[in-house]
Amino acid sequence: MRELLSEIKRWRQQGKAVALATVVRAYGSSPRPLGAKMAVSAAGDMAGSVSGGCVESAVVQEALAVIADGRPRLLRYGIADEWAQGVGLACGGEIEVFVERIA
Amino acid sequence: MSAWFERLEQALAAGEAVAVATVVAGMGLGGKMLVWPDGRCEGELPTPALTAAVREAALALFGGADADRRTFTVGDQVSDVFIEVLAPPPRLIIVGAVHLAIPLVRFARILGFHTTVVDARPVFATPERFAEADRLLVGWPDDILPTLALDAGCHVAVLSHDDKLDVPALWVALNSPARYIGALGSRKTMAKRAQRLRELGATDEQLARIHNPIGLDLGGRRAEEIALAIMAEIVAVRNGRRL
Repeated sequence: MRELLSEIKRWRQQGKAVALATVVRAYGSSPRPLGAKMAVSAAGDMAGSVSGGCVESAVVQEALAVIADGRPRLLRYGIADEWAQGVGLACGGEIEVFVERIA
Repeated sequence: MSAWFERLEQALAAGEAVAVATVVAGMGLGGKMLVWPDGRCEGELPTPALTAAVREAALALFGGADADRRTFTVGDQVSDVFIEVLAPPPRLIIVGAVHLAIPLVRFARILGFHTTVVDARPVFATPERFAEADRLLVGWPDDILPTLALDAGCHVAVLSHDDKLDVPALWVALNSPARYIGALGSRKTMAKRAQRLRELGATDEQLARIHNPIGLDLGGRRAEEIALAIMAEIVAVRNGRRL
C-alpha cells in the first residue's frame, strides 16, 4: 500500500479518479500474497500488481468500470483454460481481487 | 477522496500500525473500517454487531498474520470481510557513514525500509553522500542510538570499522529487541570486539545475536555487492529463514 501512495497522490493532483485492487484470497501457487495491491487511474495508468502480470490488464478494465459506476466488485481468476474470457493464472493458482474506487 | 482512504494516508504518514477491514461480499458490500492496536476505530459497518465482531478480529491480527478473510454471520445476514494489518515500515539503522552505506541505503529503500545513518565523523556523514537516507544523524552511537527507540522492527548494521563507534553501537543494539544486528569485519576483528563487549557485560547469548561476517556469502567484493549481501541476509532473517 505504502509504495502506491505517491503515485495515487500524483494522479489525484492531475484530477484523475482512482480505483484500488487488492488480492483478498489466494489459493495454490498464486504469485502475489494476500493484500497485494494495484492502483488504477481513470486514464488507465497503473501502479503495483496483483499477479505476476497475468491478470493485470483484465483488472485495469474492471477498475475503469468501477471508477465509472462507483460500485465495488469482487473478481475471481483461476487457471486460464477454465475461464471463458481467457484471462487467468499460468501458475495454476487462483485469486480473488476486490476492486473499489478510492478517489 | 474517500474519507477512510484519507485517514489511512494520515495514519501511514504518521508511522502508525493500522488494520483495514473491507466487506468484499454479502451484507454491507464495500463497507470499510479502520482499527488501531489500542482499540480505536473509524468507520462503521452496517450493524453494531458486525462492527464489534470485525473490530475484535482486527485486534487479534496485530502481531500475528498480516491479513485474514473471515465470514461473519449476524442474524441471517452474512458478510465476507477482508482484514489486513498495515504495519509501519521496517527500519534499518546504519552505523558508519562509509562508502558501503551509500548503496546499502539505496537497496534498503527499494525494499521498503526506513533508513537512518549514524556517524560521529562529519566528513563521512554529509547530506550530499546520503541524500537518499530518511535520516542522517551526526553524533556518537552511544548518544544517538538510545534515542531511536530500537524495537523488534529495527535492523542494525554496524559498518564503521572503528571500535569507538562500533563497540558502543553493538552494545546498545544488543540491549534492545532489534530484529537483526550485523557487524562488518573479519572473524578476528569480531573476536576482539566481542572481548570488549564482554567487558561491558555482554553475555554469550547476546553476542550470538550478532551476524558476522555480515551478509550472506555471495562472494562479492564491491560495495554494491556487499550491500546486496547484507540486505539479502536481513530479508532472510525477516522471513524466518535459518542460514
